[in-house]
Amino acid sequence: MLTVNSIKRGIVIDHIESGNGLKIFEKLKLADVEFPVVLLMNVPSEKLGKKDIIKIQDEIDLDLTMLGLIDPNITINIIEDDKIIEKKKVELPKKVKGLFKCDNPRCISNSDNYAVPTFTLVDKEKVKYKCSYCDDFTYL
Amino acid sequence: MNLKGKHLIDPNDFTLEELDQIFKVAQDMEKHPKKYSEICKSKILATLFYEPSTRTRLSFESAMLRMGGNILGFADATTSSVSKGESVADTVRVVSGYADIIVMRHPKEGAPLLSSEYSSVPVINGGDGGHQHPTQTLTDLLTIKNLKGKIDDNKVALCGDLKYGRTVHSLIKTLARYKNMSFYLVSPPQLKLPTYIKEFVKNEYNAEIFETSYLEEVINEVDILYMTRIQRERFFNEEDYLKLKNSYILTRDKIKDAKEDMLIMHPLPRVNEIDYSVDDDKRAVYFKQAQYGVYVRMSLMAHLLGVV
Repeated sequence: MLTVNSIKRGIVIDHIESGNGLKIFEKLKLADVEFPVVLLMNVPSEKLGKKDIIKIQDEIDLDLTMLGLIDPNITINIIEDDKIIEKKKVELPKKVKGLFKCDNPRCISNSDNYAVPTFTLVDKEKVKYKCSYCDDFTYL
Repeated sequence: MNLKGKHLIDPNDFTLEELDQIFKVAQDMEKHPKKYSEICKSKILATLFYEPSTRTRLSFESAMLRMGGNILGFADATTSSVSKGESVADTVRVVSGYADIIVMRHPKEGAPLLSSEYSSVPVINGGDGGHQHPTQTLTDLLTIKNLKGKIDDNKVALCGDLKYGRTVHSLIKTLARYKNMSFYLVSPPQLKLPTYIKEFVKNEYNAEIFETSYLEEVINEVDILYMTRIQRERFFNEEDYLKLKNSYILTRDKIKDAKEDMLIMHPLPRVNEIDYSVDDDKRAVYFKQAQYGVYVRMSLMAHLLGVV
């Protein structure tokens, strides 16, 4: 069994759906940092069958909106002195600005830099967002 | 009720009372044109038409000229700075210093909304891609009000290109706000009304919607038949257009058992979807409809400029 030491101080992103770990790793640009980080993939999980985990041995600012978009079921544990001092849940954001593109090729936001659409969540199950400019739906 | 300085991007930007006020003044403008002939004497309308539209542009220009105002603008993107890659936001910031009100037609959906975010004067959406055409909707509603006496309690068939037909998108979203409306959507399967509009109309206003590909199934039931053109310019592929272009052709024979007081409407231009023989039928009101468009645009601009 692969073992990874616990961290004294930092952040553990847990319950990441298997496969999403790498996406989060890339979005947080963890390959570029100088402090220790670990990405564990396909770890056995009672809840998910298998999951990914990211351990970050430092404090960093997390964009919870972006994390919620990638995987709304993750748990974020803040660690101090080897203990979890805070657990944060993320959820699918109700409003999103500028984090993804509108699927509609005729939408002005795909051809004009001034137009940064605000998307409104209209269906949580289907992860369906409505564009503020063209009203069309984008599925994530 | 004060509409001065507001934009019209989506017909649902206005309440039904505000729409009614615009219609009332439009009716008065038709009856008493002289009374309004100088109300915009020092005003300038900018027509920013990034794609060609003879009717809408001329209708706006006629409306402003009938109120004593002036016009400037362009009718083709190739003759404007857009050909140099300028953002509409920049264009509008400059033009709002030149004019008192702007009407924009743009092939990209949401362009007029973007413009309204950067303009210091009212922006009117003169049609954006396959999305919305709110002033056509005002025209359509005024036509129904004038010729039916009311907008409520009507069965409306919308026929043709319901996918890319922005006039239909704006119209159904607005008509659904009136009482007891039912909609019959007649289109080829490839050109059905987008789901987001159907969901909006059903969820927000509980409107009844029936879908079919056959006009014959509904033509004798409805109070209003709104025909639209299959629009060649909205297709990415010419072959797809050719397959669908003759889907619905309205002839005298097809309307022989339709209601006596049914209105046959069309936003124009038509190609072949209404046979010329239908033009003489008293139910064919599309040319009258175009004429009402001038009065409703006069009234709209006068309200946004705060001169009525």
